[in-house]
Amino acid sequence: MAKITFQLNGKPVQLDTNPNRRLLDVLREDFSLTGVKEGCGEGECGACAVLMNHEIVNSCSVPIANVINKEIVTIEGFSQTHRYDILRNAFEEEGAVQCGFCTPGMMIASESLLNKNANPTEEEIKIGLSGNLCRCTGYNMIIKAIQRAVKDGDGTW
Amino acid sequence: MSDISKSVRKTDAAEKISGKALYVDDIKLDHMHHALTVRSSIPAGLIKNIVLPELPDGYYSVGADDVSGKNVVKIIFDDQPIFPTDKVTYLHEPILLIVGPDKAKVKELVDQVKIEYEETKPVFDWVNSAIHYHFEKGDGNRVFRHAKKIISYDYETGYQEQAYIEPQGFIGYLDDDKVTLIGSIQCPYYVKNAVIQALGVEENQVRVIQPSIGGAFGGKEEFPSLMACQLAVAIQKIKQPISMMYDREEDMLVTTKRHPSKIHFEAAVDKTNQILGFQTHVGIDAGANIGLSGVVLSRSLIACTGAYTIPHLDVSGDVYLTNTVPNGAFRGFGAPQMYFAVEMFMEHIAKDLGIDPLTFRKRHLAKQGDKTSTNGTFRDPIIMEEMIEKAMEISDYQTKYKEYQDPSSHKGIGMSWFFHGCGFTGSGEANHIKAKVKLRKTKDGFVHILVAAVDMGQGIRTTLRKVVAEIIELPLERIIFDFPDTDFVPDSGPTVASRTMMIVGGLVARAAKEMKERFQEIEFTVQKQYEQPSYIKYDEATFQGDAYPAYSWGINIVEVDVDPVTYITKVLGSWSVYDVGKAIDERIVLGQADGGLAQGIAYGYLEVMRHENGVLKQKNMTDYIIPTAMDLGPMETVLYENPYAFGPYGAKGVGELTLVGGAPAVTKAIEQAIKKRIMKIPATPEYLMELVNHG
Repeated sequence: MAKITFQLNGKPVQLDTNPNRRLLDVLREDFSLTGVKEGCGEGECGACAVLMNHEIVNSCSVPIANVINKEIVTIEGFSQTHRYDILRNAFEEEGAVQCGFCTPGMMIASESLLNKNANPTEEEIKIGLSGNLCRCTGYNMIIKAIQRAVKDGDGTW
Repeated sequence: MSDISKSVRKTDAAEKISGKALYVDDIKLDHMHHALTVRSSIPAGLIKNIVLPELPDGYYSVGADDVSGKNVVKIIFDDQPIFPTDKVTYLHEPILLIVGPDKAKVKELVDQVKIEYEETKPVFDWVNSAIHYHFEKGDGNRVFRHAKKIISYDYETGYQEQAYIEPQGFIGYLDDDKVTLIGSIQCPYYVKNAVIQALGVEENQVRVIQPSIGGAFGGKEEFPSLMACQLAVAIQKIKQPISMMYDREEDMLVTTKRHPSKIHFEAAVDKTNQILGFQTHVGIDAGANIGLSGVVLSRSLIACTGAYTIPHLDVSGDVYLTNTVPNGAFRGFGAPQMYFAVEMFMEHIAKDLGIDPLTFRKRHLAKQGDKTSTNGTFRDPIIMEEMIEKAMEISDYQTKYKEYQDPSSHKGIGMSWFFHGCGFTGSGEANHIKAKVKLRKTKDGFVHILVAAVDMGQGIRTTLRKVVAEIIELPLERIIFDFPDTDFVPDSGPTVASRTMMIVGGLVARAAKEMKERFQEIEFTVQKQYEQPSYIKYDEATFQGDAYPAYSWGINIVEVDVDPVTYITKVLGSWSVYDVGKAIDERIVLGQADGGLAQGIAYGYLEVMRHENGVLKQKNMTDYIIPTAMDLGPMETVLYENPYAFGPYGAKGVGELTLVGGAPAVTKAIEQAIKKRIMKIPATPEYLMELVNHG
């Protein structure tokens, strides 16, 4: 057991736990943040993506010990932001959501991409999404949603 | 009246984007226990002895002895046990469950279970036929006597994994003597009926509820019944809430996949280079039990002429049992295998005859009034010629095709034509499913849609509401479609076979029309039951008659560049034209079109799964590759309206149509790029290299 402290969705948190536990399990089990999904458990699908110090990470591949003093934002935290509202609207308008299981991860990937590159080309969007698997949409509507968000956001990123 | 095709925001999009939508593993119950499965370590043998570790207080094993009803998973045949009693028939077959409060402890106990076997020789060759079908049209193979030329080829297709992003899972609990199961499923009543039989209880003692579903594609059609029966037996035994979640590896190793197939084709061609007849045989690998394989085979056989009319047919097929993981439903259901084979065959016949494939195919294209492969009739208008022109125009097909014929070009463009029979094959809807739907108007003026249809991403919670709102002329917000719960919804059948909008939606529309007329009543319910259009007659034993009430039609065009050094195929773009009758929501249909085609194209060139001696070599998302955002290039889709009289607003099936033509479109493109014939899928770089170097 180890004492772990970090910032979670803008608030400091502390827990006493096995330092080898996956960040994914801590978020889902200890904090009931079930918007973070487990799709593959090996860092391939991106359904468990969260932001760690503004960078996208797959929470299934991060031991909680590596999170000490870091800043973690999950879809639940991100959904409180203006950027989220722009992306949400774009995802809805472009039909980017089918089963929805990959969607929170796609939102995190979109934010991570736009945070670094406020005006990405189509190719850059595809690269930005390439760590997140979607089996329903064929990706085109997700790509269009990000393009719409860039336009609607008008300098937000 | 507004046009129903005009897109609206999806009912559940906002809650899914926010992460608030609850999928089965997100639902927490107090005192939740965890079930993990002990699995066979050999593909075939007799179970001689099971030695359990000492189980701490509160930990249980659950197996065949605990099944209080019939130890069979109710599907079609009684050939799949809930837990095996004496023999195992495939690697990783479930033998028993270990259940307890701490998942890590349960895992530890599972690893300590010792099973002693007497191994028997496993069968992996396709020799043991469990189902054989044969039918003829016209003069059958007797027409081959009149052939000027006989052309014959063999085609092969591999496994395909559904790869829904949410793995399979259930939770369940006991409430007095009622078992309630919440699961990631397509067919609430399949699960309910299977569990009733497994537990040997009354109908009102089993309740099945659907939460949000993270994709299914057929993978959650029949497989969940096995998990549900096992979990229900455990719940009945230990009387605690239990969670049973597969992780990705377990899911990929043990759940049903698309059947590998071997398809033999012979064509009798007359002196005018017209096809007189086909003789064809389809073999599919069912794995260790039959499951739905017979029905999959029928759909494959019925599709054997593709989008063409062939006057004489001799069609046969076999479902082979092997000691491998059972195969089952996957979007397209036997048709994708056949469309790959028949579309390549038509191309190869034309090339052998020295005729332009497009001209040759157009000469055989099915037309309204033609006889189908089963001597039914294409009654409704077929507008393929117009659709083909459109597809070629938007893709610039002719110019590209001509350019890529150049021997130095390593690009290619391929075009597939296809139809998909909507709803269950044959008399399935009328004789087996007998779908019922209800609409209820409540005192507050809201209308509730009560059906067992599951929204697994395809948007039925949105589109069915649109149908009702439009007919009754109410705002969409006044139409409620909660997740199906078998305690409240009638059995409107499974969410499969591209039937939901056409069949269930058709019934809902009829109910809505009656409700509109009686709308002044304060509170009432309308129920409707499926009635087959009277002109549809089909004999399942002889494969004669109208196999489907309606057909959706489509064209896919795919353009590729095959690297001449690495043989890696890059998909440059795809263009599709579909006749789905009428789109109930244009954007939702276009989303289905993109996603279905992505799966179909990937089936043709990208997705590799195979087994060696019953051991699957791909078992996670790292080695089973599905398309990423980088892989498929832009997609353009055009929808044509061609309303079907019995579908709501003319709607026909959508979901599967968009997948079935993907593989032949991409493999025809690859064929043109490498100037060699593609005889099997997936057309991997290794296969292409072999063709170029040795073909």
